[in-house]
Amino acid sequence: MNINRRGFLKASVALGGGLLLEFSFPVAAKAAGGMAATEVNAWVVIHPDDRVVVRIARSEMGQGTYTALAQLVAEELDCDWAKVSSEFASPNEHIRRKRIWGSMSTGGSQGVRSSQDYVRKAGAAARVMLVNAAAARWKVSAAECTVERGVISHGPSRRTLRYGEVAAEAARLEPPKDVVLRDPKNWKIAGKSMHRFDIPDKVMGKPVFGVDVVLPGMLHASVAQCPVFGGTLKSLDAGAAEKMRGVKKVVREADFVAVIADSWWRADQALKQLKIEWDAGTNGTASTASIMAMLREGLADPNLPQARKIGDTDAALATAAKVIEAEYSSPYLNHATMEPQTCTAWLKPEGFLEVWTSTQNGEASMAAAAETSGLPLEKVEVHKMMLGGGFGRRGGPQDFVVQGVKIAMSMPGTPVKMMWSRQEDMQHGFYRPASVVRMKAGLDARGNLIAMHTRIACPSILKVLLRELPKEGIDFTAVRTLSDMPYTIPNQQVDYAMRNGHVPVGFWRAPGQQNAFYRESFIDELAVAAGRDPIEFRLAMLKTADKNRLVLEAVAKAANWGAPLPPGVHRGLAVADGFGSYTAMVAEVSVTPGGEPRVHRIVVAIDSGHVVNPDTCRAQAEGNVIFGLGSILYQENNIRNGRIVESNFHDFRLPQISEMPQVETVLVPTGGFWGGHGEPAILPLPAAICNAIFAATGKRIRSLPLKHHDLRKA
Amino acid sequence: MVKLNVNGKMHQVDVEPDMPLLWVLRDHLGLLGVKYGCGVALCGACTIHVDGAAVRSCVMPASAAVGKQVVTIEGLAEGGVHRLQAAWIEHEVPQCGYCQTGMIMSAAALLTEKPKPSDADIDKAMTNLCRCGTYTRVREAIHAVAAGPASSAAAKKVGG
Repeated sequence: MNINRRGFLKASVALGGGLLLEFSFPVAAKAAGGMAATEVNAWVVIHPDDRVVVRIARSEMGQGTYTALAQLVAEELDCDWAKVSSEFASPNEHIRRKRIWGSMSTGGSQGVRSSQDYVRKAGAAARVMLVNAAAARWKVSAAECTVERGVISHGPSRRTLRYGEVAAEAARLEPPKDVVLRDPKNWKIAGKSMHRFDIPDKVMGKPVFGVDVVLPGMLHASVAQCPVFGGTLKSLDAGAAEKMRGVKKVVREADFVAVIADSWWRADQALKQLKIEWDAGTNGTASTASIMAMLREGLADPNLPQARKIGDTDAALATAAKVIEAEYSSPYLNHATMEPQTCTAWLKPEGFLEVWTSTQNGEASMAAAAETSGLPLEKVEVHKMMLGGGFGRRGGPQDFVVQGVKIAMSMPGTPVKMMWSRQEDMQHGFYRPASVVRMKAGLDARGNLIAMHTRIACPSILKVLLRELPKEGIDFTAVRTLSDMPYTIPNQQVDYAMRNGHVPVGFWRAPGQQNAFYRESFIDELAVAAGRDPIEFRLAMLKTADKNRLVLEAVAKAANWGAPLPPGVHRGLAVADGFGSYTAMVAEVSVTPGGEPRVHRIVVAIDSGHVVNPDTCRAQAEGNVIFGLGSILYQENNIRNGRIVESNFHDFRLPQISEMPQVETVLVPTGGFWGGHGEPAILPLPAAICNAIFAATGKRIRSLPLKHHDLRKA
Repeated sequence: MVKLNVNGKMHQVDVEPDMPLLWVLRDHLGLLGVKYGCGVALCGACTIHVDGAAVRSCVMPASAAVGKQVVTIEGLAEGGVHRLQAAWIEHEVPQCGYCQTGMIMSAAALLTEKPKPSDADIDKAMTNLCRCGTYTRVREAIHAVAAGPASSAAAKKVGG
């Protein structure tokens, strides 16, 4: 089988992509509680008592895909929603069945939008097969049969059959070549705020997460990696640690050591007693300052590739009545998932490797496990656990699987659960890239934006993480929102300086979202310079049919833009499209006399085309606000002596409940396309808040986090 | 050997007296609802009750719980569904859910102390960290429980 880890990683960043449907190879599903359930097709399993189990290929990290995809299948299947549940598709079976479930990658807000077509077709195909099976049993034409909530009726003879009664026969039928999907206007299950399937277990404290795996005779491992990225183990004295209670083994690898013990705490205590000497390699002197200098050197490079070129910015800027220039920057950021990286692996005596992990990409985990163990894919299974947060950390990089498997391979026959300490997790991430951007724009005498030239210096996630040289030197995740901006500025140029450094970078919720901060803050600067209202200024640069217009107008209305606010409260606005959706936001912010910013209210309008579960979409907007707010107020990862400075939540602060603004989400789906919800609402947030801070204080924020800025009124 | 009363049952656990309660519960007693998040009492994912008070179990040595009543999420409603858990389901509070058991234990301790907490009370007591952004719903669910009995429909979803 020509499947390798890089292939999965590449697939995980490919946008959209059609999938050839294979409705063939029906096999009997595992029997649960006596009577065998029937797999009607890969997505739909029906029990004799009409319970429907929908197989889900994407991971669940709280974004709701585990339920939303089942809603789409059930909608087309036309079954009783009260009898529907979900289960994860097995990555091993997935490979054996030639990737029948499509992509398992769960990132880019693609869980629903990139699966919707084939999962709806799977539901519809199963319905057709069930009806055909009933018609065949009755020896009538399928055209005379109708379905409602899992009951097939033959009107003329007044006979009925339940799905559970004909599923076995349906599975033996030829799948239909074409199916007609329901018009979303007629949805009964999709489009509704169904309760998420995963919530009750999580609320009851059931062991659903990667760290909760328990296996017979299982041991625990804590890990120390070379603190300098790229460094290696020089020497290790494990004498004292090996004698500690419960310790079973000390594992030495090229770039990490691990202690295996009979409880995690004992492993971690022993880990702290190891005398480790690391060889920092060539990166031991890197610092935040040296990285910023590297990025600024990139901005000065006269030969940068262009990510966008429209008209002639130099010529237009020469004629401008006013030229505005600004430099913006952002720091590295860890994902800081609440559940640290974890992987449980068990090399079984028969040479089969089982892995349990919190992964955003089950097949990438499987490929990493196979590659690390040297076993063929067929001899590996990955059990996808619920993720204690993902945000991009657990998709592209599978470092935790590689480590977990290496540790378990050192103790064949014994399952070992590896979990990182918080410090290890904070200091060994795949960080949101630090970046520096210079923007230069020209306004004509009437205050119209006639030219904008942007230079972006930013590490390339595609190059560093996926080792793929981006086409023509451009990494789309580093330039987007600027290279594809919807504003009809007649002269535009975007240059990209790829400067990678040694810090691993990765996909952090809405990769490239720094650019929305830069663009929408700078546009605000230009509106102020032009003496124009920020909404009017933007609308004047958006084409009539542009959906960015619609969300801007929707958010202005919902936030009552222009109406008076309580004393001291000020508004800021931003708009950005990305991850398939269009999002506009108004932030209401005040700043205390002591210079403390306080975000009171966020109003966000989102057009995602279709909405499968409105409540989940609102929850994602709320989540984006608090996830983004932490990065705006406090968070940064600094480098000193080649390593990450921050170690825990005291120096990488998360906002608390007292800091949560009121969030009002206005869903304005206009149909005709499928956009995401996991990331879009984070795009306009930093600029909306910082534009409000400018309105409140007159201080323009061009770098984050805000803790470094003195916001007291001058 | 440490003798602990957990969820109303006595346990003899062969652990070091200084092993944090969190790890006694998770790795030795198999109570996995309590979570490790930071190890230094910053995040609250490990919140449990000791003699009715919300405690961050990652920094409480096992020996400190001897002779006290330890309650974890598993024992919050003695096999049933606590009204906070029902409200959490009704209001779709969790996203990833990792911090939520600690969040619920903190909320339960708050309601014991203040049956009708104000927003300021919630701000003060609920210092648990959530990365997903469930705070709005946490607040709503606490107020809903304080206001009256949660719907039994949500409790049914748990299936006993």
